[in-house]
Amino acid sequence: MTNELEEAPLSTTAERRAVTSVSGVTPGQEWAIVARGLKREYDMGGEIVRALRGVDLAVRRNEYVAIMGPSGSGKSTLMNLIGCLDTPDAGEYWLNGQLVSGMSDDALAHVRNKEIGFVFQTFNLLPRSTALQNVELPLVYAGVSGDERRQRATEALESVELGSRLDHRPNELSGGQRQRVAIARALVNRPAILLADEPTGNLDSRTSEDIMRVFSGLSDHGQTVIMVTHEPDIAAHARRVIVLRDGLVETDERRENFHERLSAFGSSVVG
Amino acid sequence: MAFFEAVKLALSQIRVQKLKSFFTLLGVMIGVMFLIAVVSIVEGMGKYMQDDIMGKIIPINTFNLRQRPAVTIGNVTRAEWLSWNRRPRIKDEDIAPVVAALPPGSRAAVVSEEQLSVESKYVAKPKQVDASNVSYQYFAIKNLGVTEGRVFTQQEDALGSPVVVIGQDVATYFFPGVDPIGRELKVGHIPYTVIGIAEAQGSVFGQSLDKFIVAPLNSPLKALTNRHGVIDQIMVQSPDAQTMIIAEDAVRSVMRSRRKLMPEVKDNFVLETSDQDLAFWDKIKGYLVVAGIALPMIGVIVGAIVIMNIMLVSVSERTAEIGVRKALGARRRDILAQFLVESATLSTVGAIVGVLIGVGLSALIAYLSPLPTHVAAWSVIVAVILGAGVGIVAGVYPASRASRLDPITALRAE
Ligand SMILES: Nc1ncnc2c1ncn2[C@@H]1O[C@H](COP(=O)(O)OP(=O)(O)O)[C@@H](O)[C@H]1O
Ligand SMILES: [Mg+2]
Repeated sequence: MTNELEEAPLSTTAERRAVTSVSGVTPGQEWAIVARGLKREYDMGGEIVRALRGVDLAVRRNEYVAIMGPSGSGKSTLMNLIGCLDTPDAGEYWLNGQLVSGMSDDALAHVRNKEIGFVFQTFNLLPRSTALQNVELPLVYAGVSGDERRQRATEALESVELGSRLDHRPNELSGGQRQRVAIARALVNRPAILLADEPTGNLDSRTSEDIMRVFSGLSDHGQTVIMVTHEPDIAAHARRVIVLRDGLVETDERRENFHERLSAFGSSVVG
Repeated sequence: MAFFEAVKLALSQIRVQKLKSFFTLLGVMIGVMFLIAVVSIVEGMGKYMQDDIMGKIIPINTFNLRQRPAVTIGNVTRAEWLSWNRRPRIKDEDIAPVVAALPPGSRAAVVSEEQLSVESKYVAKPKQVDASNVSYQYFAIKNLGVTEGRVFTQQEDALGSPVVVIGQDVATYFFPGVDPIGRELKVGHIPYTVIGIAEAQGSVFGQSLDKFIVAPLNSPLKALTNRHGVIDQIMVQSPDAQTMIIAEDAVRSVMRSRRKLMPEVKDNFVLETSDQDLAFWDKIKGYLVVAGIALPMIGVIVGAIVIMNIMLVSVSERTAEIGVRKALGARRRDILAQFLVESATLSTVGAIVGVLIGVGLSALIAYLSPLPTHVAAWSVIVAVILGAGVGIVAGVYPASRASRLDPITALRAE
C-alpha cells in the first residue's frame, strides 16, 4: 500500500494548466491566494537582478503547497511577497479576496498580524525574550490584553509540545524546539495562511520530520500551508508542488489522487 | 502596543546592559543632580535669610518708622546716602500722633540705639556693645524672652528706672562665674542693675546677635543714644498682614501731614519691613536659580546627545528585532513608540538616579555647612519631567528611523 502511495502519478498536463492559469480565477473567499504577474527586481548597483519575472499563482483554502526550485530561483522573494513582508514591482495580489498590492503600511501590518503566520529558516526569535514572550508578540500587536495573551500563547506552545519550556530563552532550546516556538508564534493569532521559508533548512533530518509532522497535522485540521524547501522528501509531505526556475513557475503539480488515497488510509500513514 | 509593555521592555533593556546604561545616563544624572543640589542650596539660603536673619532683625507683620533704612543690602548711591542724611530725624513728639493713628490690635515700641562702652567690676576691660533704650512693648514685639530674671515693666519704663536686660554674650563676658542678676553694669559710666538675661539669638554671617543690652526708654541711657528729643525708630506690629498695610498707610499719612509734605513730594522717612530687605535677596536668588538651571542644562544637553547616539546604535543593533516585530504585525507607530518610550524611560531612570544623588548631596551640604539646604518639590518635578523630555527629544530621530525600516530589509540584517 505504501508502494502504491509513493508511485501515485503526478498530475496530468491538463490538470497542471488548470492550476497554473489564474486568468479564470476570481479572487474570493475560497482562494487563499491569487497572484497575477508578480514581478520583483533588485537593483544591485546598476545591475538589475530579476528575481521574479511574472509569477501567476492561485492557492485554495486548506491547500498544502510546497515551493521548490534551485537556489536563486526566487522562492524566498515570492514567499516574502505572499507574506506581505515585501511589495511587488508589478502584478496584483489578493489575499483572502482582499487586494493587498497597494495597501498602506498600517494595513499591511494588520494583514501580517492577522492573516499570516511566517516561519523562517533561521527561526527569528527575539533572543532576550522567553518562549512565552516570543509567542505573545503577535498578540501584543493585535492588542490582546495580558491575561488572555498569556493563556493563548501558553496554549499555542502546548500544542507544539513545549508547554514545559515557557520560560526558556531561545539559547536554552534546541533547534527543533526553537522552530516549534516559531511555529507556535506563527499560529497563535490563528492566521489564514501559514508560510514557511525552508523551515527545516537548519535542522537535522530527524528534527525535520518532527516539524513536518506538525505541519501535516495542521494541514489535516484545515490550515492553509505554503512552504519553501529544496528537499524532495520534505516536499513530499505537501499535496501540491510548485517548482520555480529563474523567477518563473516551471511546473505546478497537484497530487489529487495521492491526497484522496491518503485520506482513505488516514493521516497516520503520513504522520 | 500598550505603553506599559513598552516601559517594561525598556526597563529590561536597562537591566541587561547596566554599565552601558549608566554611562549613557551620566550626563542626565549629573545635570539633574546639580539642578536638585543648587536649587536646594538656594532655597536653603532663602529660608536662612528669611527665618534666621530677617526674622531676627524685623519680625513678621512689623514695620519700623525710621529716618533711613537700617538694613541696606546692595548698592546705595552716594546721592541717595546724602539725601538720607538731610532728612529730619524722628522725634519724641512724633510718638503720640503715630500711636494714636494705629488701627486696633496694633502695638508700637520706640527704640533708640547706639554702640556704647560697657564695664563691670568683674572684668578689667570695657567693651562696646549694642545698647538701646526701648519702650516695654519691645520685648513682646520682638518675641524676646529671658532665660533668667525678667524684662522691665511698664512702670519702670515710664519712670526711666536704671535697669537693664542683657544678651548672652554680655552676661558671659562681664560676669564670669557670677550670677549677673541684681549686679551692677556701667553703661557709658551710668550704673545700671541687671534684671534679666535674654534668650540666645544666635548669629548672622558669623556676627553674634547676643552682644546687646536693653534699657527702659526714658532711663539715663537716653542722653547717650540720642539727644534733643530724637529717637531712632518706632516699631509697629500688627496682628496680621492686612492690618499692617492699614497701619503703614495711617503712619505714612500722619508723618506726611506732620512734615507738611506736598502730594508730589516723596516720603522723607521709611517704613522698613523685612519684605523690602528680602526683595533684594529675591533678586540674588533669581540669578542663582538661573545659574542653577543653566549649568545643569549643559549636562542635560550633553546627556541628550549621548542618548541619541546610543539609541541610534541600539536601533542598528536591533534591526533584525525590528524586522521580526514588523513581520509579526508591528505598525510604524508601534516601533516608534517602543523606541521613544525606551529612550524616555532610560533618561527618566537617569533623572531619578540624579534626583537621589542630588538629595543626598544636599543632605551632605546641610550636614557639613550651616546652610539649611532644602530640596524644593518643584525642582524634583522639573528634574523628572526634564528627564523624560530629554529622552523623548533624543529618541525622536532614532525611533523614527527604526519605524521606517522596511520589514524584509530589517529582517535580512543579521
Ligand atoms: N535583497 C536582495 N538584493 C539583491 N538581490 C537579491 C536580494 N534578494 C534576493 N536577491 C536575488 O534575487 C534572486 C532570487 O533570490 P531568492 O528569492 O532569495 O532565491 P531563493 O530563495 O530561491 O534561493 C537571487 O538572484 C538573489 O541573488
Ligand atoms: Mg531562499
